Amino acid sequence: MPYEWNFAIVLKYLPNLLEGGAHTIALSAASIALATPIGIVMGIIRQQRIPYLAPIAVVYIDFFRTSVALVLICWCYYALPVLIRVNLDTFTAVMIAIGLQASAYMAELVRAGMQSISPGQWEAARALGMPGHTRLRYIILPQAARRMIPLFFLLMVEVVKTTTLAGVVTYPEIVYDAFRVATEIYRPIETFTIVGLICFVFLFTLGRIALYLERRFAVVER
Amino acid sequence: MTEVLRLEGLTKSYGATPVLKGVDLTVRRGETVCVIGASGSGKSTLLRCVNFLGYPTAGRIYLEGKLVGREVTDRAGVATMRYRESELCAVRAHVGMVFQQFNLFPHMTVEENVMIAPIKIRGLSRQEARKRAALHLDRVGIPEKAGAFPGQLSGGQQQRVAIARALAMEPAIMLFDEATSALDPELVGEVLLAMRKLAQEGTTMLIVTHELGFAYNVAQRVIYLHEGTIHEEGTPEQVLVNPTKPRTQDFLRGVTTFRMPEPRLGPVDQASTSKGA
Ligand SMILES: Nc1ncnc2c1ncn2[C@@H]1O[C@H](COP(=O)(O)OP(=O)(O)OP(=O)(O)O)[C@@H](O)[C@H]1O
Ligand SMILES: [Mg+2]
Repeated sequence: MPYEWNFAIVLKYLPNLLEGGAHTIALSAASIALATPIGIVMGIIRQQRIPYLAPIAVVYIDFFRTSVALVLICWCYYALPVLIRVNLDTFTAVMIAIGLQASAYMAELVRAGMQSISPGQWEAARALGMPGHTRLRYIILPQAARRMIPLFFLLMVEVVKTTTLAGVVTYPEIVYDAFRVATEIYRPIETFTIVGLICFVFLFTLGRIALYLERRFAVVER
Repeated sequence: MTEVLRLEGLTKSYGATPVLKGVDLTVRRGETVCVIGASGSGKSTLLRCVNFLGYPTAGRIYLEGKLVGREVTDRAGVATMRYRESELCAVRAHVGMVFQQFNLFPHMTVEENVMIAPIKIRGLSRQEARKRAALHLDRVGIPEKAGAFPGQLSGGQQQRVAIARALAMEPAIMLFDEATSALDPELVGEVLLAMRKLAQEGTTMLIVTHELGFAYNVAQRVIYLHEGTIHEEGTPEQVLVNPTKPRTQDFLRGVTTFRMPEPRLGPVDQASTSKGA
């Protein structure tokens, strides 16, 4: 017997799914907002081999890069509040977990971006008498940032995908909502088709924006 | 004439390999000194020590009469130099460097390339810096390229921007490390002409070059560097035409085997040297 598709009923629940989508976006944005500054600082510390801080950055980066996202999320939700004696809502707990892990990736992006700038650029800036921070601020980081755009968006996409794990601690992101809708109406096939489409459209748009920015800020090289 | 740069016993080793073995050299204000020598003789190393892109292993460097760094004597009585990074930044800001590979900042326009250091280091306003950039771009003969990006320029134009960028810091001395070696042959001339014009305007310059004709016509003094020491030194006539040391003679024989008489320089030369002089 062929399967009888019924999207109409799922579409009635579309507002629920879109609300989940909004939660997913909010959580992703917050995680990126946390990850970016930490990542930039850690990346610079590691690349510049700043005394005393660099080894800490290395351990930090390796720790978060190699830990399992799901475990981090659960740990931040269950264990972290006990340690810091502050109650965390699911949003905050998951944001910390995903944000910290993404910051480690971000740090590596920043480091790789900086290292990809040719030694001649560092030297030219040095030869003009620029102190280290001026060199980074005006010469190295602007060029590194341009090169990082595609990878940064890749990281954003990864973060969005990772936030779908937040359901395990009952944060109502899109997939969590999808499960609820699917079990309520017994239509998992249609529900996840719709959810898949929503995710695809969103991430695809993100990718286009990345491509546009990459071209927009491309540097003429030869 | 006042001295701008003095090197005393400048020594530099990479690990156990000595590259500079005690170089003594004085460059006076307004003087153009050319350094020639075989590949690996330490020419680049010498220039890089002068603006501390590389740190000398031993020896003293005086810029405008002032010793760079601080001499400390350890318990065994051995004197070594200590350098503070902030002092070295100030030294580099007073020494202009032009690289073989131009090394312009590709994300900035030509004008911004020239303006950035005067603004960030000398504290000039954007307006002042823009005026200064215009002045120096004019000196090297490309005032019209201010708004272009380096990637849109020919190698010769890029190198002249790099010269303007260094000039804009109004350095006490300009260093050139084979400034024309990465250029296509037909672009070498415009850069050499720009450099000659600077020399004629009284810019103090220490130039590493393989362009012996340039050295002969422009330098007041030529230095032949051999295995990290100054092997022969004198006027272009003495070093390039009548060298007394066998090694210098060998080197010159090697690089001037085929020679033509210099071409008569026509109106093109006139035009590009008289512009904005
Ligand atoms: N970072 C480094 N580490 C080790 N050895 C080096 C380094 N830089 C230069 N050398 C060595 O020092 C010597 C002098 O190098 P330098 O670049 O000063 O020569 P040069 O006279 O500029 O030669 P060229 O005409 O090829 O540019 C060479 O033998 C080179 O191999
Ligand atoms: Mg060299």
